[in-house]
Amino acid sequence: MEINIEKISELARLNLKPEEKHKLAQDLGAILEYVKKLDVLDTKDVEPTSHVLNMENVFRADEAKPTDAARKALQHAPETEGSFFKVPKVVQR
Amino acid sequence: MQYEPVIGLEVHVQLKTKSKLFCSCATMFGAEGNRNTCPVCLGWPGSLPVLNEVALKLGIRVGLALNCKVAERLKFDRKNYFYPDLPKAYQISQFDMPVNGRGWLDVETKGGQAPFSEEKKKVPVPFITKRIGITRAHLEEDAGKLLHEGIADGSLVDYNRGGIPLLEIVSEPDIRSPQEAYDYLTALKAILQYIEVSDCDMEKGSLRCDANVSVRPVGQEKFGTKVEIKNLNSFKMVQKAIQYEITRQTEAIGDGETIVQETRLWNDAKGTTFSMRSKEEAHDYRYFPEPDLVPFTLSRETVEEIRKTLPELPLERAKRFIKEYGISEYDAYVLTQERKLAEYFEACLKGQILGKEDLSLSAKLASNWIQTELLAMLNAKNIAIEDCSISPQALAGLIRLVEQGTLSGKTAKDVLQEMAATGKAAEVIVKEKGLTQVSDTGLIEKAVEKAIAANPTAVAEFKAGKQKALGALVGAVMKETGGKANPKVLNEILLKNLSK
Ligand SMILES: [Zn+2]
Repeated sequence: MEINIEKISELARLNLKPEEKHKLAQDLGAILEYVKKLDVLDTKDVEPTSHVLNMENVFRADEAKPTDAARKALQHAPETEGSFFKVPKVVQR
Repeated sequence: MQYEPVIGLEVHVQLKTKSKLFCSCATMFGAEGNRNTCPVCLGWPGSLPVLNEVALKLGIRVGLALNCKVAERLKFDRKNYFYPDLPKAYQISQFDMPVNGRGWLDVETKGGQAPFSEEKKKVPVPFITKRIGITRAHLEEDAGKLLHEGIADGSLVDYNRGGIPLLEIVSEPDIRSPQEAYDYLTALKAILQYIEVSDCDMEKGSLRCDANVSVRPVGQEKFGTKVEIKNLNSFKMVQKAIQYEITRQTEAIGDGETIVQETRLWNDAKGTTFSMRSKEEAHDYRYFPEPDLVPFTLSRETVEEIRKTLPELPLERAKRFIKEYGISEYDAYVLTQERKLAEYFEACLKGQILGKEDLSLSAKLASNWIQTELLAMLNAKNIAIEDCSISPQALAGLIRLVEQGTLSGKTAKDVLQEMAATGKAAEVIVKEKGLTQVSDTGLIEKAVEKAIAANPTAVAEFKAGKQKALGALVGAVMKETGGKANPKVLNEILLKNLSK
């Protein structure tokens, strides 16, 4: 199966060396080839599965609870300023 | 060649919940940076999102108010992209099984003409009801906020907004003018406020809008290439940006250029849109089902339970006001745009009616007093109607004094200011200050005779056909009575004496 490894690595923000690109393209192609076997099955009347667990409607009550995750996260961040994370300059989206 | 615009709007509305969409962090505005975060909304490995039930119910509420088909089965999906406002590098959204499918919204619009102009005296242009299709309205989590201002060597990130519940309401490309876009947004906001799902505060980011705009030759069915406009912080900006974009695209096509599909930002200071020209992120989000959340089934009973709790919506209410109280279309529209204002009007009217009065006359008076005097006073002080110190019953008391002829309209305006300042009832102020209007014919008669005797020139001029001369005589009588003469009685007596 044909894999556009340039596009996929760009989307995944992965800088691949030329030799890695070739190998990964082959590996991913093989995986898709393997999964393609499922195409022989007739799934016309089968509802698509979006989740493997036989469970639905799991809710949380609307209650606010504080945590001190921010403090810990800021401690481990590469760069911070006050109570903010600091990242390299980005353009407005 | 004649071109027509094709416009679709995407509105993001923050649903009014105490906690975020998939975690228990608080949603309140104005907290210290990153205070409202936890392992789930910071995307720590091993953390698990769980859906907030209230957020789903509020989302369904919006869907029902917009006549949407509410899904029987729904699920969440990951929308993947890299940007520092997303700690997980994906946003949990809904792709192919949104909570709300197709619906529609009826919008009262005056088409291309400026509607609801400040100049009330303008001949009213009739409204046209235009049905705008709703494509879908789905749940998703908000992203964090990036701060660029004043930071030279980087950007700061605040994840307090990350994970806040949003409903994205996508309209069909049914809108045909900037004015229609404005009217659609106004109608949508009114509904969202009526059904109490959101504060709809654009300044706090709880209501946001992006516009998709394209143009095509009139008569052509196929859409032109669309451009998405972002950074629109008010409905007026949406209207201006769309107008600018229509002109830009029409001129570009006229010059033989091709429109590029792109995202443009509105620059309000310059009044122009400009291309983001960011190294195009290819908009390839690689959606896939969110494995951390199970799917949901909505029973029709649940949906019907929610439908039962919907209040009367703005347009229905406006139509009822016209029918029940006989007020004009314009007045009904203005009074129903805000739920609290509509409630204030009805409470005031109830307080005025003592049984035998003419309902439509009382309604017209209440409508005028609220729209002109009361709202002018509140707007000047930037007070919301629900925080108004004059209760609807108190305003009714004042209007009743005018209806009964006890107070002239002019004096009543002063009494209103006094009511706002002191919190006293109109009747009390009138008594204390001796403001009661004089309707005593004997007293007025005396003042009229005196005025006629003192102003022979004016009398002669009036008799010679100069209507204006009457003003001087009315003024003289008013002066004599300390401004308290009932103008209607005064006029009658004056004309009677002059024709002698
Ligand atoms: Zn959280």
